[in-house]
Amino acid sequence: MTSGSPNPVPFRGGGFKPKPIGMVGPIVFVAVVALWEVGSRTGFIPALVLPAPSEVFEALRNLVETGLLWKHLGASLQRLILGWTIGTLLGVAVGFSIGLFSLARAGLGPMVAAIFPIPKIALLPLFVIWFGIDEGSKVATILFGTFFPTVVATYGGIDNVDRNLIRMGQSFGLTWLSIVRKIILPGALPAILTGFRISTAIAIVLLVAAEMIAAEFGVGAYILLAGSLMATDELVAGVAILSVIGLTVSWLIGRAERFLLRWRT
Amino acid sequence: MELRLAGLHHRYDEVEVLRGIDLTIPAGRIVCIVGPSGCGKSTLLRLIGGLERPSEGVVLQIGDTPTASLNPLTYIFQDFALLPWRTVEGNVRLGLEDHALGQDETERIVADVLARTKLSEFRTALPRQLSGGMKQRVAIARALAVSPAFLLMDEPLSALDAQTRELLMDDLIELWERERFSAVYVTHNLAEAVRLGHKVVVLSRRPGVIREVVEIDIALAERATHGPELEAHQSRLWQSMRDEAQAAEMELVDG
Repeated sequence: MTSGSPNPVPFRGGGFKPKPIGMVGPIVFVAVVALWEVGSRTGFIPALVLPAPSEVFEALRNLVETGLLWKHLGASLQRLILGWTIGTLLGVAVGFSIGLFSLARAGLGPMVAAIFPIPKIALLPLFVIWFGIDEGSKVATILFGTFFPTVVATYGGIDNVDRNLIRMGQSFGLTWLSIVRKIILPGALPAILTGFRISTAIAIVLLVAAEMIAAEFGVGAYILLAGSLMATDELVAGVAILSVIGLTVSWLIGRAERFLLRWRT
Repeated sequence: MELRLAGLHHRYDEVEVLRGIDLTIPAGRIVCIVGPSGCGKSTLLRLIGGLERPSEGVVLQIGDTPTASLNPLTYIFQDFALLPWRTVEGNVRLGLEDHALGQDETERIVADVLARTKLSEFRTALPRQLSGGMKQRVAIARALAVSPAFLLMDEPLSALDAQTRELLMDDLIELWERERFSAVYVTHNLAEAVRLGHKVVVLSRRPGVIREVVEIDIALAERATHGPELEAHQSRLWQSMRDEAQAAEMELVDG
């Protein structure tokens, strides 16, 4: 450097920006499953510890052929959809009132803060007493579990709506309802949809937990039964079904986000 | 219609922001309000348009509001305040939607103001696709759509780069020559004030009082050719503000 001979400036930028690479994901997945299969066949992985993927697949095929899959899946989806939908509708409604009205905020805010952190599974025995051991308690658990995160996400979203946009709406003489509908609702929507991601994940957890108590059908019941019979192939098959449910829900929310938030960069 | 501010005082809790503001804003003129940062210029503008209630005093509308005006006191904001989820057209439409104008009339107004602000071909663009200058043009179009009697402009060019600011200033002058709108224009930029203001009101630092009102008797369209005179006005304004601006600079923001 001191001699004064010209040196290129070393490049120090770039990086910190993971790029999507197609096919790597599927290849890793297939490779792990293949390794697992090989491990099971060679006896490296004892069958009692973990069944071979082929056995899991066999269990799944069996489920489809006997038609039990649709019974279990139908029962689970019904509870999931019913509980999540009602919980979400109530949650958005309460979230809006907390976000918009001082009285609701003062009255319901602390209440929500107090109940939000309770794991709703702990309330399941109580729900069994209140709503009966059948569908009622299961739907109620999911409903409660989705209600609180939705409330928190909704009023958090409303609090974060750009105040300048609201002032702009007022300066054009927009009615209160117009401001809520055209400025606050779309402004809070990104946060509400993020809340949906969290609430659906919670709903699936609670679904399985609720189905482990006195359910004849349902993916949770299927897994519990398989576990008590040491039928690990069926157990893993049930877990795979849960994974598919989760992926599907997350994909649906992704589509909704892309459609509803297409104005974002 | 003109506006008269009578004895306006404003304070936030303990902090006195504005004191004893008396001012008449005549129809068909642009009144610029300048002052050091934090002197309450923007607060004054919010009081004028009824977005905030003064602690004391009143803002009076004198004379009838024009019947065609849907929103007599209309703001143009520094940060544009466009709804990011609406297209250019949707943003312009916003102020019209609560007025039950009918589809044809709404469409006529939207097409008209978009043409006047040279935005017709960007009708379906979203705000994120537009440059800062274009965004402010959309905000101007939105304001014109409700045929305001007064435009209340809060540092409308401050978020833009110098070149865009020049272009938009020319646009504003051209627009004023055509429409002769009345406006209150808040800015900290003295060059803008002497280019656009028929009257320049200088506020002191907090608590803001009117220190000086300067009339500039050169037609807006001819100002570009009166460089030296504008320079003189500008440097005189700067002299009267300089010490205040320096003192204001040294203040803690939360007082």
